[in-house]
Amino acid sequence: MARRKWHGDYLYLFQNLVMKDFRIRYRNMSLGVLWSLINPLVMMGVLTFLFRHVFGGQSEPAYPLFVLCGLVPYNFFIGAFSTGTTSIVMNAPLVKHVPVPREVVPVAAVLSNGVHLMIQIALLIALTLLSGLRPSIAWVWLPVVWALYMTFVCGLALGSSAINVFIRDTRYVVESFNMVLFWLVPIFYSFSIIPQRYVEVYKFNPVAALVLAMRNILIDGIPPPMSLVLNLVIAASFTLAVGLLIFGRLKARFYEHI
Amino acid sequence: MAAAVRFDHVTKTFAHRAARMLLRDRLVEMVRPSGRQRFEALHDISFELPQGESLALIGPNGAGKSTLLNLATGLTLPDSGDIHVEGRVGALLDLGAGFHFDLTGAENVRVNAALLGLSRRETGARFDEIVEFAGVREFIDEPVRNYSAGMTLRLAFAVTACTDPDILLIDEVLGLGDQAFQAQCLDKIRAFQNEGKTIMLASHSLELLAMLCGRALWLDHGRVVAAGAAESVLAAYRSGQVPVS
Repeated sequence: MARRKWHGDYLYLFQNLVMKDFRIRYRNMSLGVLWSLINPLVMMGVLTFLFRHVFGGQSEPAYPLFVLCGLVPYNFFIGAFSTGTTSIVMNAPLVKHVPVPREVVPVAAVLSNGVHLMIQIALLIALTLLSGLRPSIAWVWLPVVWALYMTFVCGLALGSSAINVFIRDTRYVVESFNMVLFWLVPIFYSFSIIPQRYVEVYKFNPVAALVLAMRNILIDGIPPPMSLVLNLVIAASFTLAVGLLIFGRLKARFYEHI
Repeated sequence: MAAAVRFDHVTKTFAHRAARMLLRDRLVEMVRPSGRQRFEALHDISFELPQGESLALIGPNGAGKSTLLNLATGLTLPDSGDIHVEGRVGALLDLGAGFHFDLTGAENVRVNAALLGLSRRETGARFDEIVEFAGVREFIDEPVRNYSAGMTLRLAFAVTACTDPDILLIDEVLGLGDQAFQAQCLDKIRAFQNEGKTIMLASHSLELLAMLCGRALWLDHGRVVAAGAAESVLAAYRSGQVPVS
């Protein structure tokens, strides 16, 4: 017997689930959405101080903006990947008792992080303009690269959330991975200092690819190179396909294991 | 009448141990498969519920009533056998499964309506009806954590009932409401019955079941003890005598 079809309104459902997460997260915070701004701003300040005044050598004029272009994609990635990974286990009552397609749960977890993201992208744009840079036609690429990037993270979260039901250590693997990733993505350093033989490996990482695209678009005011966009397209479609495959294979047994 | 729900030799088993989902256990299992015993929650269950009829599920705790309802809802699949369900299912299986205690009543109504498949327009159109039925109008903008269990139940029942299901499955939650609310639920369930909808109701309240259901299925240890007209099955269950059929 196939699992019965759900005849609902996906758009309305996702809106509700995203707003639910957002409300729950901020209802108990007196500063509310300001927290979404404080964290990246503090990190930006610390990194700017370190690499301009402690280690020295950073003469990039728009270094704070340069760092923020790295932090925003990285923050979204670690937030969405880790909440996505634990989403099925954390929403056990929903998964056990409400006949809604299970795929909705990790995808909604990823999209919920999109609310912070919007706030942080607004901050990025404000900082771009404050740095004396002009809006450019290349900005139309922002929604394109971010849509690809979010699809990529949804694919990862689908796979990892399903695996996390059966191997609960998965979330710790994901958390450690996220920490290591900070150093492996050109957040506080420039792509140009990476030795030639590692360049291709770096470009292969979708998080690094998005950081580069953000810098192209906001700082250089040029569209990202096609090879970069192609990398994101491949990463997004590959992880989504594999994520859905893993999820589809495992979902029938969620009920028994959570 | 066509069958709204049909179970055909359905067996459902669960793993017998407490769930340990650590990497170490997985690795050990890979090297040394344990061949654990599985627990049979339902064994070779067959029955047919014609459209428009109401079925009472009775039996002691652990008899398999909830498992049967979860299977009918499509939340889990049987190990063997076939299940056919004809129509849209509305299930009230756990008190406020989709509810979050930090959200207000109104926010929970919208989230749950969306989970149950309603669109924005449908939710808007039925919102007042839901709140009215639940009788929580003055608390609707309060977080649900401040609600009593009865109030949460009213709201959960109201949302499920207002999604207009063809088949309504209820698992032992109505007992939590007060007299007035139970009477209200009874009316609503009767209204469903008059509209020709199908109902499956698991409960320990035999009076409630006798009032509502024409048929009954008595389960014990995952097996059918007796099935048939509610009157005789309930009477047999009350006296503890298995009817000879």
